[in-house]
Amino acid sequence: MSKVATFDTRAEADLPVATPMAYSFAHSGAPAVTPQSRVVLRERPLQGHLILRGGAIVLDEAVRKVLGINLPGEPQALTLDESGQRSVQWLSPDEWLVIVPDGEAFELETALRHELADAHYAISDVSGGQTLLELEGEGATEVLMKSVIYDVHPSHFKVGKGVTTVFAKATVILRRPSETRWELVVRRSFADYTYRWLLDAGDEFAIGVER
Amino acid sequence: MFIIYCPYCCEYREEEEFHPKGQAHIERPKDPEACSDEEWGDYLFFRDNPRGVHHEMWVHAAGCRKFFNVTRHTVSYKILETYKMGEKPSVTAESVAATTATPESVQKEGVRA
Ligand SMILES: [Zn+2]
Repeated sequence: MSKVATFDTRAEADLPVATPMAYSFAHSGAPAVTPQSRVVLRERPLQGHLILRGGAIVLDEAVRKVLGINLPGEPQALTLDESGQRSVQWLSPDEWLVIVPDGEAFELETALRHELADAHYAISDVSGGQTLLELEGEGATEVLMKSVIYDVHPSHFKVGKGVTTVFAKATVILRRPSETRWELVVRRSFADYTYRWLLDAGDEFAIGVER
Repeated sequence: MFIIYCPYCCEYREEEEFHPKGQAHIERPKDPEACSDEEWGDYLFFRDNPRGVHHEMWVHAAGCRKFFNVTRHTVSYKILETYKMGEKPSVTAESVAATTATPESVQKEGVRA
């Protein structure tokens, strides 16, 4: 176990928590899903986001042991566990993003630190700095085509791919975990901007927000 | 608009994701205390501005955020290659001069671009 001081960012006391989208839902509107909706937007709130940095081989061993998922070694790769609830995404040659359900991040971080011991690595809990949005429906690809500079055509953006790119005037981590679903990891400070952009871009597809 | 190959992401990306970061392969004087003011000044402030092949650093700012090297022709703006940090360029002013017939042909190409 390393000497790094860690702490669970989730308070033990029963305090009200709000995601970055809470403000947006209250202030920027949330059109309901209708039979006409060709795109559905939803937030996967309060997930645990960890950034892993270090050598691929060392991290891979620890991640496989603790999480049971392979660390994607190929650029732009995204791997999920069987439930689809936990994922590891390649961000750069020495950087990966791990997303796990609410409440698992600290336990995971502790287990990884124990496994990695004295190896040269870094783990940062960035759960509070970003949130996960989902786009689903036949119009989702077209909404993204209006929003990101990356080629999201299904022939180029295959399932199991994830990239960091430009979304309107912000940046986004864009992932495609399944045929029908797209995930956007957005920064907290850009969450409302991204949300309002998506509502505007999705208007012609009768975008609906699931809450 | 450039479409730039990031040697870390291993694919072509739009220019908007990148930032240029100036001349590449600048070596810091090994012992700054021992070098002359002129050597230090050259290292700190003076950059090449060639008409032709130039090696630059770029950063994939909105992507993997890694720095890498770009060999670019300053007349035609053509990117001749990109390669990782720590690697040596395979395309240089000398290698281009050896393969192209006349400097004029390169220049004309630049005018068209
Ligand atoms: Zn890159």
